[in-house]
Amino acid sequence: MTDTAPRELPLQELDEVIIRFAGDSGDGMQLTGDQFTSISAALGNDLATLPEFPAEIRAPQGTLAGVSAFQVRISDFAITTPGDAPTVLVAMNPAALKAQLHNVVQGGAIIINTDAFNERNLEKAGYESNPLDDGSLEGYRIYPVPMSQITRDAVAEHGVKPRDAERSKNFFALGLISWMYTRPVEPTMEFINTKFRGKELVIKANEAAFHAGYNFGETAELFESHYEIKPASLPSGEYTNVNGNTALAWGCVAAGQLARLPVFLGSYPITPASDILHDLSALKNFGVRTFQAEDEIAAAASAVGAAFGGALSFTTTSGPGVALKGESLGLAVSLELPLVVIDIQRGGPSTGLPTKPEQADLMMAMYGRHSESPMPIVAPKSPADCFDAAIEACRIALRYRTPVMLLSDGYLATSSEPWLLPDVDSLPDIGVDFHTGFNGTNEDGEGIFLPYLRDPETLARPWAIPGTPDLMHRIGGIEKEDGSGNISYDPENHQKMVNLRAAKIEAIDVPDVEVAGDVDATFCMLGWGSTWGAIDAAVERLQKNGKKVAHVHLTHLNPLPKNLGDVLSTFDKVICPEMNDGQLVNLVRAKYLLDVRPVNKMNGVPFTTAEIESAALQAMEAS
Amino acid sequence: MTDISPRTEPGDWATDQEVRWCPGCGDYSILTAMRMLMPELEVDRENTVFISGIGCAARFPYYMNTYGMHGIHGRAPAIATGLAMARPDLDIWVIGGDGDMMSIGGNHLIHALRRNVNINILLFNNMIYGLTKGQFSPTSEVGKVTKSSPMGSLDAPFNPMSVALGAEAAFVARTHDMDRHHMMEMFRRAHAHKGASIVEVFQNCNVFNDGAWEGITKKQNRDGNLISLEQGQPIRFGADGEFGVVVDNGAAKVVSVADVGVEALLVHDERKADPSTAFMLSRLSRGPFEPTPIGVFRAVERIEYATSSTSQLAMAHDNQGSGDLASLLRSRGTWQV
Ligand SMILES: Cc1ncc(C[n+]2csc(CCOP(=O)(O)OP(=O)(O)O)c2C)c(N)n1
Ligand code: SF4
Ligand SMILES: [Mg+2]
Repeated sequence: MTDTAPRELPLQELDEVIIRFAGDSGDGMQLTGDQFTSISAALGNDLATLPEFPAEIRAPQGTLAGVSAFQVRISDFAITTPGDAPTVLVAMNPAALKAQLHNVVQGGAIIINTDAFNERNLEKAGYESNPLDDGSLEGYRIYPVPMSQITRDAVAEHGVKPRDAERSKNFFALGLISWMYTRPVEPTMEFINTKFRGKELVIKANEAAFHAGYNFGETAELFESHYEIKPASLPSGEYTNVNGNTALAWGCVAAGQLARLPVFLGSYPITPASDILHDLSALKNFGVRTFQAEDEIAAAASAVGAAFGGALSFTTTSGPGVALKGESLGLAVSLELPLVVIDIQRGGPSTGLPTKPEQADLMMAMYGRHSESPMPIVAPKSPADCFDAAIEACRIALRYRTPVMLLSDGYLATSSEPWLLPDVDSLPDIGVDFHTGFNGTNEDGEGIFLPYLRDPETLARPWAIPGTPDLMHRIGGIEKEDGSGNISYDPENHQKMVNLRAAKIEAIDVPDVEVAGDVDATFCMLGWGSTWGAIDAAVERLQKNGKKVAHVHLTHLNPLPKNLGDVLSTFDKVICPEMNDGQLVNLVRAKYLLDVRPVNKMNGVPFTTAEIESAALQAMEAS
Repeated sequence: MTDISPRTEPGDWATDQEVRWCPGCGDYSILTAMRMLMPELEVDRENTVFISGIGCAARFPYYMNTYGMHGIHGRAPAIATGLAMARPDLDIWVIGGDGDMMSIGGNHLIHALRRNVNINILLFNNMIYGLTKGQFSPTSEVGKVTKSSPMGSLDAPFNPMSVALGAEAAFVARTHDMDRHHMMEMFRRAHAHKGASIVEVFQNCNVFNDGAWEGITKKQNRDGNLISLEQGQPIRFGADGEFGVVVDNGAAKVVSVADVGVEALLVHDERKADPSTAFMLSRLSRGPFEPTPIGVFRAVERIEYATSSTSQLAMAHDNQGSGDLASLLRSRGTWQV
């Protein structure tokens, strides 16, 4: 530590900053990013985060495959994405620098842990010469900091062994960045004390490392100034920072309460969906029963069984799991039981890119079962929106007695944003009544129960659960006679049942789409799911540059909103950015015979705002 | 006999649906045994559920006037597990054939058994795929000639009792479709057992595998080839009890009682915690042509799955209080704008 007196540095005001913390997966980058996010949230900034994990659990240390990163964007205005490119990169080792450099904006700041740039690490990262002195970092503002050494020195007085001391260097980085962006010290001290409760030495070391980082910024004469980002003017209220998977888990619990039904989850672990299973498994005091099945087939089948018994049933998975669940979902379509399938889409086919997002399961959700077996589809647009989407999926499942597919993705799953907490009393009542009495009579005039006698309004069949006196009945996958539900191989009955099942789904009360942006534009962007944020941001930029653009976003993909065809046909040009090879485009073209143009991206990285902006400009210019 | 008449009669358990098995199929006698047993169990029809997969056997639920689900091929144990967890108050029976349970659904069967979910699994073993018209099944003998194995099947068969015991099943029994009384007794025991129970029923498919079990189940063959396991009794069979079972060199073996003396016979103990002896008994017969044990192989107490799940919910409730949604949404920290 230097003993120079603190300098008076100018304080510059910024409207936003995009910081990416990158290091080895053992370096604690996620924790560092999370904590920086929390402090910034408490300061009232708007923010969005984008964690990036390596696919392997313990990729070899120091290699490109082992790099773990966390991007956070904080701003004094409302934002919808974690930002295209970081303006600040914190690189804890050569691999992190090499893997992340291409993301950083030209002229961006790179804070480098120079101690990690030894020959071995350079070699592991595949550097032939040291980028710190071969000129390859020209064009960036480089801040070399011997983080490991200063951390070791700072924690030495607490009796921490040098080998353990290194572990605290992420707190050094956090301290330095906290100083740069004038974040308060106190919340991180509290965090360290709670997080590492009972481990006195670790607490001391991390505190010391954090302070060393903070003081380093102030005294090291390396930085020209530090920065301030004022609170954003967000709607007032109480906020929490939530990622998509947690919001889904909470949405499932909320739906159980709103429907006054016990929640059952049948699931089999798979990235990036496992966290929903983890979250729900920890909420047993809400009466949530989770079942870790032997495979996805059993997970879905158990959910069908629980739905038959009267539970609000869920099964969570990713694409490969949906493939296995297909037959059980067909059964649920035939049995007309409520069930919500949550698919956190990832790159494929097969194992594909397990930790990277894609939106390429849309066709599987639509058509991935044999025969005509329509299923409603709902897709959240942002991490916090996952909460509402889960409730909406349950509402549809319960009201129409149908399995529903909820399509989220690996991006929404792990990225987070501030969420203005809803008043739980204002959430919709989605409860339905179990059927308890006869609904027909036989030839002798005696009361009987007809399990497939439909509600004339919703076409839903009665849901009578085991334990209800007199209503004993059998249901199954064999075609059923309309009304009685008895086995029927009658050709006309089958045609009728196919039509009824289709009509029921087609008539679901999904809200009309609304046009965002310029309602009177001739150019429109159509999107669904997680591309919402980037499209929304692109619309704003285009408008700032004097362009007129409309944005139509779909939360319901089956059935599509009733006014969609009419709305889209008012535009001369419609493009549809999707993280797939044009799946929504195909659906919309087929249904409305409209020439919606695809904008596709499937490299495992969400669209940037700039990409969408330039696709829009190109499309507008093309005749 | 008490003078209180049962709450129901066998007829109350029948549906109005025409039973569609082939005339002479062994499934009929199993159905009759079940309908006759139900009144004795003093349970309510509305609290009883039959869940099945696909196959001839799996049509069973349509014929019982209870709640029922005819599911998908092989998945009945998984469907039933979800139902049993959501509704531990119900009496759940799972019905399936040897293809349904041992082939496509083999995975679900072993996991339901090891978890000890409170369901009664009845495996109708006719050693053939009935519904798909006669292909060999995972219990068919090697060399079985069928349409899909014209030169004889190559697959070594599963022994359902050995599989069940290997899967940690706590209640394992076997019966056959020619003995209604014995079937009813085994179903009764399975029902009384809390946890997963499996009963293999030797069942005749008179269309595609007629007489497959005759070597042991036909009246004149029973004395010599069916060994009835009785709790606490030396294992003996034969018209005059002239044969018995001993453990020899780590395996069960048939002996003549005159040769070894009654004291040398293995005394059956279904409650033994260690399943090794039960497993030995399951290996005694290689097929329906030599002495084969029926009865309860194993009946031990193990904590039931849904019960454990319920106690975890109760414990969480006690420790954390009744879940409050508003506080859940605030559990990761909040700030005010
Ligand atoms: C997924 C699937 N695969 C194949 C079938 C065709 N199938 C129906 S029943 C059956 C086998 C039936 O054999 P078993 O379970 O022994 O019952 P059984 O008819 O002998 O009582 C098969 C292969 C199916 N219904 N579903
Ligand atoms: S095919 Fe065999 S098992 Fe199926 S109903 Fe006919 S006799 Fe019974
Ligand atoms: Mg069979």
